[in-house]
Amino acid sequence: MSNADDRHAQRRDTDGLERYDIDTAPGDEYLGDAEVGSGLRGYVIGLGLATLLTIASFWLLGTNLIWAPGIPVALIVLAIAQMGVHLVFFLHITTGPDNTNNALALAFGVLIVVLVIGGSIWIMANLDHNLMPTNAIMNMNR
Amino acid sequence: MTAIDVRERDPYHLGHRGHGHAPGHGDGGPAPIRIVVGYGFWIFLLSDIVMFSAFFAAYAVLAGKTAGGPSGAELFDLRNVAIETAALLLSSFTCGLASLAVTARRSSWFYVAMALTFVLGASFILLELREFAHMIARDAGPTRSAFLSAFFTLVGCHGLHVTAGLLWLLTMMAQIFAKGFRDDILRRFMCFSLFWHALDIIWVALFTVVYLLGASR
Repeated sequence: MSNADDRHAQRRDTDGLERYDIDTAPGDEYLGDAEVGSGLRGYVIGLGLATLLTIASFWLLGTNLIWAPGIPVALIVLAIAQMGVHLVFFLHITTGPDNTNNALALAFGVLIVVLVIGGSIWIMANLDHNLMPTNAIMNMNR
Repeated sequence: MTAIDVRERDPYHLGHRGHGHAPGHGDGGPAPIRIVVGYGFWIFLLSDIVMFSAFFAAYAVLAGKTAGGPSGAELFDLRNVAIETAALLLSSFTCGLASLAVTARRSSWFYVAMALTFVLGASFILLELREFAHMIARDAGPTRSAFLSAFFTLVGCHGLHVTAGLLWLLTMMAQIFAKGFRDDILRRFMCFSLFWHALDIIWVALFTVVYLLGASR
C-alpha cells in the first residue's frame, strides 16, 4: 500500500465521505504519490540549512568580518531565517493552497509577538530615557 | 469529481461550494478530525509562543539591569550552548524521522528514532541543569539581579517545556507499543511532533537573543 493511499484513507471523515483533500493539518506534508524517500529529503534539507544558519550565527560572534554594531542585526536576521527553515521543512507550514488556515493563524501569532516584544522594548526604552536623565542616577539604579 | 477538479476551480478554496454532501454541517461537511485536531493544536502552540514572547520582552528590557552582579558575557559558556543547540536540532530531525516511520507504519524505525530523540532531548536538559547549577554555585542565582530573574524565567520555562515533551515522548512510545497505529494515537503523535518542532523554534530565538546577543554585549 503506498503512502498516498494511506493519506487518502485518513482523509475520509467519520461518515466515510470523501473531503477531496481540501485542507492540510499542520505538520502533515502533502506528498502526492511520492514515497517516504521524498519526505526524508525535506527533513535532510531542513537539517542542512538549519545547521548552516546556526554555525553562521556562532561564527559571527568571533569574527571581525562584520562591522561590530551590525552583529546584533545580523544575528537576528539569521535567527528569523532559521525559524523560517524550521517552519517550512519541519512543521510543513507553507503558503500552499491547502495550508491557508495554518499560515493565517501563524500570521496572527507573529503580529502579536511583534507587538508584545517591540512595544515593550519601545515603551521601556522611552521610560528609561525620561526617568534617568543623568549618568549618576543611572549608575545608582543599576 | 476528483481532488484535482476542486483545486483547479478554486485553488485557494475561498468558498467550499458546489460539492457539499452533508447538509447542516456547512457546505462540504465537517473537516476530518485529523485536520481539526492539528489546527487546534497549532493554535495552542501559537498561544504558547505568544506567552514566550512576553518572557522575551521582559528579558530584553531587563538584560542590562545586573545590579552590580555578573553580566551575561561573564556567565555564558558558548561552547555549552553550541552543544545544547546541536542536541536539540538533531532531536528535531530524529523526531521528523519518527513521523516518517509512522507514515510508513514501520514500528522498528519509529522506536529507534524516538529513542534517539529522547536521548538528545535528555542530554539537552542535563546540560541546561548543569549550567544552572554552575551559575547558582557562583552566586548568580535568580535572586541576584533583575537580569538573572528574567534569564532563569525565560530559559527555565523553555526547559520545563522540553521536560514535559520528554514525558509525552515516552507516553507516545508506550501508546504505539500498546495500541498500535490507531487513528487516535496517530493524531496524538502528530500533536507531539508539532510540539517538539515548536520547542526547537523557540530555542533558536532563545540562543540568539539570550546567549549570542548577551555575549556580544
